[in-house]
Amino acid sequence: MIAESGHYALVLALGLALIQSIVPLIGARLNDAALMNVARSTALAQLLFVGASFVALVMLHVNSDFSVANVYENSHSMKPLLYKITGVWGNHEGSMLLWVSILALFGGLVAAFGNNLPLSLRAHVLAVQAWVASAFYLFILVTSNPFLRIANPPIEGRDLNPVLQDIGLAVHPPMLYLGYVGFSISFSFAIAALMEGRIDAAWARWVRPWTLVAWIFLTLGIAMGSYWAYYELGWGGWWFWDPVENASLMPWLSGTALLHSALVMEKRNALKVWTILLSILTFSLSLLGTFLVRSGVITSVHAFATDPTRGVFILLILCLFIGGSLALFAGRATSLKQGGLFAPISREGALVLNNLLLTVACAVVLFGTLYPLAMEMLADFKMSVGAPFYNLTFAPLFAMLLLAVPFGPMLAWKRGDLLGVTQRLLAAGVAGLVAVAIVWGWARGGSALAPLAIGLGVFVIAGAVTDIVERTGLVRLPFATVLHRARGLPRSAWGTAFAHAGLGVALIGIVCETTWNSEYIATMKQNGVAQIAGFDVKLDGLLQRQGPNYREMIAQFNVSRDGQPLSVMTPSKRSFTTRGSSTTEAALLTRGASQLYISLGDATAEGAIAVRIYYKPMVLMIWWGPVLMAFGGVLSLSDRRLRVGAPKPARAKQRLQPAE
Amino acid sequence: MTRKQRRMTIIGGSLAVLALAAALVLNALRDSIVFFSTPTMVAEKHVEPGKRFRLGGLVQPGSLQRGDNLAVTFEVADGNAKLPVAYKGILPDLFREGQGVVAEGALDANGVFKADTVLAKHDETYMPKDVADALKKQGHWKDDYGGKPADSGKSSNSGKTSDAGKPAATTAQGNPQGAVR
Repeated sequence: MIAESGHYALVLALGLALIQSIVPLIGARLNDAALMNVARSTALAQLLFVGASFVALVMLHVNSDFSVANVYENSHSMKPLLYKITGVWGNHEGSMLLWVSILALFGGLVAAFGNNLPLSLRAHVLAVQAWVASAFYLFILVTSNPFLRIANPPIEGRDLNPVLQDIGLAVHPPMLYLGYVGFSISFSFAIAALMEGRIDAAWARWVRPWTLVAWIFLTLGIAMGSYWAYYELGWGGWWFWDPVENASLMPWLSGTALLHSALVMEKRNALKVWTILLSILTFSLSLLGTFLVRSGVITSVHAFATDPTRGVFILLILCLFIGGSLALFAGRATSLKQGGLFAPISREGALVLNNLLLTVACAVVLFGTLYPLAMEMLADFKMSVGAPFYNLTFAPLFAMLLLAVPFGPMLAWKRGDLLGVTQRLLAAGVAGLVAVAIVWGWARGGSALAPLAIGLGVFVIAGAVTDIVERTGLVRLPFATVLHRARGLPRSAWGTAFAHAGLGVALIGIVCETTWNSEYIATMKQNGVAQIAGFDVKLDGLLQRQGPNYREMIAQFNVSRDGQPLSVMTPSKRSFTTRGSSTTEAALLTRGASQLYISLGDATAEGAIAVRIYYKPMVLMIWWGPVLMAFGGVLSLSDRRLRVGAPKPARAKQRLQPAE
Repeated sequence: MTRKQRRMTIIGGSLAVLALAAALVLNALRDSIVFFSTPTMVAEKHVEPGKRFRLGGLVQPGSLQRGDNLAVTFEVADGNAKLPVAYKGILPDLFREGQGVVAEGALDANGVFKADTVLAKHDETYMPKDVADALKKQGHWKDDYGGKPADSGKSSNSGKTSDAGKPAATTAQGNPQGAVR
C-alpha cells in the first residue's frame, strides 16, 4: 500500500504542477487575482504530495520492503538504519525523487514567503517553477518510477553499493541538490521578468537571497563531496576533474558570477540583461549536470550504466528549457531598459571583470567536459581530458581572478580610484610578497609556482582583512570608535570579507597539498616501521571483526614522532558479502591543518599487508576555505537589507499596470 | 569617457579575456589530452613509446603476477590482442582477473605498458563503458562479460552504482597527485 500511495501522490503532484503551469498565467493575462493566487495553493499542495511520496519511499526502505524493485536493488535488511534512509537517494530513482522534492520545497517557500512579491510576478515565477517540476515528474513517472513492484518478491535485498554506505551520502547529495535546484528560483524569476518585460532593482533584491541560499548549499555540497572522496576512496585524492564533479563546479562558477552581477543590479540598476542571462545559464548548467550524471552519458570514474531512454528524456528536457529560455531571452532582452552608467574602473567594473573571468573559466570547464563526448560522437575516437588540461587553462584564469579579488570591494561605485586602492592594498601586497619569500627560502622541492601561488593566497586573505580594517578605521581611530563602527558595518561587508578570505585559504591548502604531499607505499610486516615526513608509523598487527553487513580487517598502527608516541591509527578494509565487493576505510590523524593518512591494500599470504601512507600538509585548508565562504554567505544573507525585503513603491506601481 | 567609449572598453576587455582563454585551451589541447586504446588498436596503430594513453580491456585470466615491493604485472586482452602491463602500487579493491580494467600510462621500449594509474569499478558485474564499446565493435562481446551495459533496463541495475555524484570507483594511483598536477 505504501508504494502505491507514494506513486499516487507523485501522480497527483504532477496534476497539480500542470494546473500551476497554466492557470496562474491565464490569471496574469486577465489580471484576475483569484486565478493568479491558484499558484500559491498548488505550490504548497505540490510540496505536500511530493513530500508524502518521498516519505513513502523512505518508509519502504526503512521497512526493507523487498517487493519494491528499488528497495530490493539498493537495500539489505542488515543494513544500519542510517544507510537504509540515505540509501533512498543513493540510487537513480530515489535521487530523482529527492531532486523534485527539493524543487517543490523551493516552490513552496516562494509561495509561503512571497507575500510581498508583486502578485503577477509571483504567479509567473511559480508557473515557470511548475513547468520544470512537470517535466521532471513526467521523467520520474515514465522512466524512473521508484515504486515499481516485483512480481515475486525476493527475501533479501542486494544491498547498497558499499562505497555509498557512509555518512557522506547523508549530507552530500541533499546539499548538492539544494544548491542545484535552488538555482531554479533565480531561473524562474528571470523567465518571469522576461515574460512580464519588466525588471528593476527590487527584482534583484528578491532574487539575490535565493541565489545566495543555493550558492551556500552548493559550496558546502561540493566541499563535502570532495572531502568524502578524499577519505573514502583510499588514495587521498580530493578532486578528479571528473565530468560529474565538473557538473557541480560549473553551476557554482556561474552561480558565483550571478551573485555578483545581481549585486550590481540591486545597487546600481545596471547589468540587467546580463544578470537575466546568467540566471538562465546557471540553471541550465544545473540541468546539464543532472543530464550528465543521470544519463550515464559520460565514461568517468562516476560512470553509470547507460539507459538510453532516460538519457534521451533528460536531453529533451534540457533542450526544451535551455533552448526555450534562451529564445525568450533573445526575443525579449532588448525590451529591458538599461540603466546605471559606470566607468570601467569602478566597483561595477570590477564586478564585470569578476563575471567575465568566472564565466570564461566556466566555459573552459564546459569545453573540457563536453569535448571528449563530442569527439567520440563525431570523430569516433576516445580520449580523456584530465587535470593537466585544467591546470593549463582553468588555473591561470582563476589566478587572474584571485589577483583582482581584493581590489573589487575597495573600489567605489560608479568611478573608482585604482591608484588609491592600490596604495591601501600595499600592506596586503607586501604580506603576499613576504609569504612568497618565506616559502621560497623554506621549502624544498616542488614547483617554482608554488610559492607564488601561496603568496597570492596570502594577498587575497590580507586584502579581505584590509577591507575590514579600512571600513572600521582600525589603527587610525580610537578603539571604542572602531568597535562601534564594526558593529555598524553591514553584515554583507563581513560576508564579503569572509567569503574572499575563504578563497585564499582554499588556495593555500590546494597548493600545499599538491606540492609537498609525501607518500609511502609498500608492503609492511608486523612490527615493521614506515618513516614518513618525520613520523614513525609502526604496524602493531592485524585483526578481524564482524560488522553489521560486512567483515572487516583492521590494521593497528602506532604513530610516533621523535620517539614520542602520538596516536593509534586503525585503517581497515571491509568486504561486503552481498555485493562481493570491498571498501577501504582510511585512517586519518589530524595535526593542525595537516593530516597523516593511512589506507590498506591487500594482505599477502605471509601476513604482510600493502599500505599507503600519505602526509598531506595543510590539506584541511582546502575544505576550511569553502566553509569560510559559506559562512560569509550566511552572514550576507542575514544582512538587514535582505531581511527588510523589497521596497514598496515597485509593488504599488505594479498594481496599476496591466500585466504584460 | 563617453558612453560609447565605456562600452568599447568593456567589450574590448571581454574579447581580450576570451582570446586569452581560447589560446590557453588550444595550447592545453596540444599535449594534455589522453587517448583511449585497446590492445588491438595499439597493435594496429603502432603507438610510439613514451606517448601517454589509456589502455582498456579485460585482465587476462592467469596473467596476474605479483613481484616484490608491490610490483605487479598482468596482461590486458580484448579478444584479438594482448598487451603486457607493469604497475607498481596497490591495485583497486575490485581489480580481478577476467574483469574490465582501464590503465593509464605509456609503452616502454620493450613494448610493455607501464601504467601509473589503474582504474577498476566498484561492482562485481561492472564493465567499463569504453571496454564494452570496444569489444562490441570488434565482435567479441559475450553476454557473460558481466553487466551488459547495453540492455540495462530494470534487470541490470546492478551494473549501475548511481547516486548523486559520488565517485563510485576506486582508483589506484602510483602517482597519487595525478589528479591535481
